Amino acid sequence: MLAIEPAKKLSFTRCISDGDLVIVYERHDNMRAVKVSEGSVLQNRFGVFKHSDWIGKPFGTKVFSNKGGFIYLLAPTPELWTLVLSHRTQILYLSDISFVIMYLEIVPGCVVLESGTGSGSLTTSLARAVAPKGHVYTFDFHEQRAASAREDFEKTGLSSLITVGVRDIQGEGFPNEFASTVDSVFLDLPQPWLAIPSAGKMLKDDGVLCSFSPCIEQVQRVCETLRENFTDIRTFEILLRAYDVREAKLEGCQDDSSVSVVALPSKKRRQRSSEGSNAQETQGSSIAMARPCAEAKGHTGYLTFARLKCFS
Amino acid sequence: MADTNNQSDSGQNSRLTWEGCSVLLDINDGDRLVFARLSPAAKLKIGNNNCSLQPLIGCSFGSVFRVETGSEGPYLARFNSSSEGNVNNVQENNGFQSKEESRDNRELVDDNKAQSLTGEDIDAMRREGVTGDEIVEALIANSATFEKKTLFSQEKYRIKKQKKYAPKVLLRRPFARSICEAYFKKYPVRIGFLRVDTLSLLLSMANVSANSDVLVVDMVGGLLTGAVAERMGGVGHVCSTYVGSTPYPMEIVKIFNFGNDICKSILRSSLDDLSSSNNGTSEQIGQHDDSLIVKGGLNNDQISSVCAEEICDGSEIGKSNILLEDSNSQVLRNCKSVKAGQKAPEEFIKFWKENGFSSLVVAAPDLDAWTLVKDLLPLLSSSAPFAIYHQFLQPLANCMHNLQLGKMAIGLQISEPWLREYQVLPSRTHPCMQMSAFGGYILSGTKICNV
Ligand SMILES: C[S@@+](CC[C@H](N)C(=O)[O-])C[C@H]1O[C@@H](n2cnc3c(N)ncnc32)[C@H](O)[C@@H]1O
Repeated sequence: MLAIEPAKKLSFTRCISDGDLVIVYERHDNMRAVKVSEGSVLQNRFGVFKHSDWIGKPFGTKVFSNKGGFIYLLAPTPELWTLVLSHRTQILYLSDISFVIMYLEIVPGCVVLESGTGSGSLTTSLARAVAPKGHVYTFDFHEQRAASAREDFEKTGLSSLITVGVRDIQGEGFPNEFASTVDSVFLDLPQPWLAIPSAGKMLKDDGVLCSFSPCIEQVQRVCETLRENFTDIRTFEILLRAYDVREAKLEGCQDDSSVSVVALPSKKRRQRSSEGSNAQETQGSSIAMARPCAEAKGHTGYLTFARLKCFS
Repeated sequence: MADTNNQSDSGQNSRLTWEGCSVLLDINDGDRLVFARLSPAAKLKIGNNNCSLQPLIGCSFGSVFRVETGSEGPYLARFNSSSEGNVNNVQENNGFQSKEESRDNRELVDDNKAQSLTGEDIDAMRREGVTGDEIVEALIANSATFEKKTLFSQEKYRIKKQKKYAPKVLLRRPFARSICEAYFKKYPVRIGFLRVDTLSLLLSMANVSANSDVLVVDMVGGLLTGAVAERMGGVGHVCSTYVGSTPYPMEIVKIFNFGNDICKSILRSSLDDLSSSNNGTSEQIGQHDDSLIVKGGLNNDQISSVCAEEICDGSEIGKSNILLEDSNSQVLRNCKSVKAGQKAPEEFIKFWKENGFSSLVVAAPDLDAWTLVKDLLPLLSSSAPFAIYHQFLQPLANCMHNLQLGKMAIGLQISEPWLREYQVLPSRTHPCMQMSAFGGYILSGTKICNV
């Protein structure tokens, strides 16, 4: 997934080869991860796709089935991975993940602790942020989940950046070998306050901790516990609102006066001038209009951040 | 365990300051935010005092300093207090009080007679070397009304007096997070109102990571370029491109503590040079000085002359710019052998033309998104993700529509981040009273292969 070896840079003239992980894109809400294997086929409602047809094509290519249906083959990124990974737990999504990485001040070379690993959605983005020289140590007390996560990181090519440990972090804390060596800690646990004293021991001075909790009662207890050794304690909620874009004509706008709002089917349109669309609006064509999508996620969780107080 | 400290990179990840290091000084919990370079000569004006920044050299980021009065006048001293946490706990009140508290403010009369210590008394205490904290305690002890105040008002009173008599300076690392937040709080126009969560989304959506070649259009003063370079850690390249013959200013890049590797990874090239089929370059030599550029459009008068810029409240502007600038020029001489934003060499341009950039990030408040994107997209390799920021929705809607019609990209989405901060206190948890209602819009997608 990442160009950990410079030779595999994401310059996409690099073509799909046998054994690569590709993201098969049908529609924005229908994607899946597929390991390319010479003799295999992919079957979906559009027909049968032979992997052998994919090999040698650049990422981003449209490929066709026996029935003429098509899909796109994309290079995997942590964002795409989050959309296709198998959910063994609740997972973190793009908006929370992005904010966490930024607020934890994770940059290449950092050492980061995480618990629980869950489905590894966040871990994948943590690994990208610490690459090429840093490392993510992630812990889950659920043996099976840890094993599946390891397999996933193998599949996505991130295993050199991530170590998955099996450990009860709420009960035992993080391993002592990490004491005072860690840049950032992330907790997604049912009772995160139990792990906070240990997290404090692991962090370097001024290192940042983040705890993700769906419920405000958990946040309350986290903040109370943090006050002892942490400062700059802040809690956020972040959501994304998505927009639908339609091309439409409005009544009274120009010559057309038949209907109020018509969403034109996206028919093959007349030549666009090289000036872009601005020029056309003034010529009285319909315009692209945007409005928020009707359905949206209303809540994921609260993100609480804090910095280890600095005594040295 | 992994080898964590990349010392060669002049300590981007260092947790201690050094001489010549860029820092963000947070004075009195965000009342003033000052970017400065540490040097023995650098001074900071706090209240009526000019304090040397020398004591800050070699300290951990996250340290707190207080102004103390010594025999040679006021100086910044390291401050360690276990009670310090309290300050953080009281953020705002506006009537939301703990139900458990029985006291109220019905007996309070505000008549200026409550305080029996005079200004002269306080000056005298100062001369005797009484610390700021002790003055605050004395003020509280001599306040006739303090005892009658609610706990919350007491805390507020204490903080107000502390800010005045024992101002606090917090030493912070200049990271994308803190730089973006500082600008957003004090000078949002200069960064095109790019909020920190929006910036974080741009970086994720464009898959910014080490070992990539990221194409950037940065008309937000260098914040975007700096944030991208920070994520890449000097491995790979950021190419900052511009329309026309004059590069956009990238002063904010200098605020980051980038070592040589990262500075070297930041290149720039005109869009003409990147797009032209021949390899000739159109730029004229002698136009390099970023700080001289005046760009057109909305933000004409907002160009920052950063380097060591002071960001502070309107009331404070102009008080302490000069002293920071001296220290800066000295630093540039000392340690910046490599300058960020050099012109991209021919062989790089050639490489990018052949292979394409691995992703694209745009924050160009003054340019039409579609006009720009239709020229930029062909420069990307196929399957490259991109993220375009704009303060307005319409240009992105247009751009998205045209990309759909041209079948140039898939996974197209316009999103608007919404960020709410909470005050979390025992029996007083609620969303903060103030929030930024607007973080802009992002158009994201993945370029597809058109063959
Ligand atoms: C919600 S999931 C984490 C999801 C993850 N953030 C992601 O994005 O995929 C929580 C995980 O914490 C683990 N967990 C719960 N209690 C734990 C404990 N005491 N020690 C370690 N892991 C624990 C669970 O097994 C579960 O996998």
